[in-house]
Amino acid sequence: MSSRRAERVIEGLLFLCALVSVGTTAGIILVLSAETVAFFREVPILDFLTGTEWTPLFATQRFGVLPLVLGTVVVSVIALLVAVPTGLVSAIYLSEYAPDRVRRVVKPVLEILAGVPTVVYGYFALTFVTPTLQAWLPGLAGFNALSPGLVMGLMILPLVSSLSEDAMRAVPRGLREGAYALGATRMQTSWQVVVPAAFSGITAAVILAASRAIGETMIVAIAAGQQPRFTANPFVPIETMTAYIVQVSLGDTPQGTLEYRTIFAVGMLLFLMTFALNLLSGWLRARFREEYS
Amino acid sequence: MNTDLPTLPPGLSSLVRGGAPAAETAPVKLDVRDLNFYYGEKRALDGISMAIYAHRVTAFIGPSGCGKSTFLRTLNRMNDIIPGARVEGSVTIDGQDAYGPGVDVVSLRRQVGMVFQKSNPFPKSIFENVAYGLRINNLVQTKAELAARVEESLRAAAIWDEVKDRLNDSALALSGGQQQRLCIARALAIRPDILLMDEPASALDPIATQRIEELVYDLKKDYTIVIVTHNMQQAARVSDYTAFFWLGRLVEYGRTDKIFTAPSEKLTEDYVTGRCG
Repeated sequence: MSSRRAERVIEGLLFLCALVSVGTTAGIILVLSAETVAFFREVPILDFLTGTEWTPLFATQRFGVLPLVLGTVVVSVIALLVAVPTGLVSAIYLSEYAPDRVRRVVKPVLEILAGVPTVVYGYFALTFVTPTLQAWLPGLAGFNALSPGLVMGLMILPLVSSLSEDAMRAVPRGLREGAYALGATRMQTSWQVVVPAAFSGITAAVILAASRAIGETMIVAIAAGQQPRFTANPFVPIETMTAYIVQVSLGDTPQGTLEYRTIFAVGMLLFLMTFALNLLSGWLRARFREEYS
Repeated sequence: MNTDLPTLPPGLSSLVRGGAPAAETAPVKLDVRDLNFYYGEKRALDGISMAIYAHRVTAFIGPSGCGKSTFLRTLNRMNDIIPGARVEGSVTIDGQDAYGPGVDVVSLRRQVGMVFQKSNPFPKSIFENVAYGLRINNLVQTKAELAARVEESLRAAAIWDEVKDRLNDSALALSGGQQQRLCIARALAIRPDILLMDEPASALDPIATQRIEELVYDLKKDYTIVIVTHNMQQAARVSDYTAFFWLGRLVEYGRTDKIFTAPSEKLTEDYVTGRCG
């Protein structure tokens, strides 16, 4: 009897632990939503979503979020342009070419890249990459989208390569043998059979990496500048959604004001973007598992 | 026939060693001499010699782990992709050494097609599965030629009527038996001389199995077929020659009717009558 009671107590404790994370998530969404709703009572949602000027901290306030969104997109696209080709090629190397010995060393080393604190990446972008690039690109401003984009690409590279490699190694050996038996070379087998077979897994990896890039804060806050600018030019200072939130959170904007509420509206938009990407990524991975289980 | 294998498995008085079964008029297609195969340190095949005849069906039988699949895969050098695998001895195909220096594995595999135990269609359309080997080997010049070869191969594999209206559907949507016949079509498309089949029907239901067996019978007009099976009735039904493997050795090789009705070896007799293995 007492052991059954103990069982019930343990069950209750486990439930409470699970509840903490669920509750926290619910709390965050609740706060975000409440502040966002309050914000949109004063600013029309259409102006927010379509405006191309973002000056909430100036005397003439404008609440067009597009410069921040574009800044985020530009940096993320640069990061993906770095991370996707290199990540995919290194995944193919690790999964199809590398001897076991090499893979056992290279993969953890690559994953160390993911463990570097992002603030270190930020200073790396600002104090090393930007000056180095300026030697080649005289037009490059001290703060710009290019160098944090490149460094962010380096940061998400292990995510792309590691998850893509997992997807490629999960492709059954029989498929490779089928290709070899038809006279395919290793290169043809890798690109024409293994990559297509692992496609949904690779796409999931890329989307997850994109979501990381969009949500990444420190690198852009340090190295991209704080000038919301509606431009796709990667050589000038810009501001991303995350960097804006940092700027306001650290500044002296009084709580409860409209300026202060902007960060919740921006945060909500950011949350919806990464949440959608994560859902898509999870769905693709589930589909991938279905194909080869 | 010679009987010079040094150490014998227990219970064997003598061993029939490969060679040519009597009274065969067909030319030798594949000639294997003193073949040893190692996975790392472990010897998986021990001194195998045998001649495989053109336009005949040769079945490899034996218990699991006896080396029959490993031996099959040495014939198109499929074992090359396994790390630590090593081959000694010789395999000649139409007089050409398959393991000689400078042999192009890609063209060897084009000549020696293979169908696997588990059907392995590519995650592409039915059409593209069959077209793949033709494309990568540049075997066709025009789209019309490609379509014609795909149709010819699907017909040869007795699956054309079932798929002709949905060639662009995913191959993964086909049933197990259809997938396996698609894989046969894919292997036939590049027109190999020899077709190796590694337990092609072991995952299929009886009706699908029967269709594969009928197909094997039809295909021997144009191909030399080697089929690995653990189903002795199947070996008896489809093959002209049967080779019995035991612990990495070739115990007995001869005409299928003889192997099943009057084997020379006690071990073979025990195996085909189900007393061992």
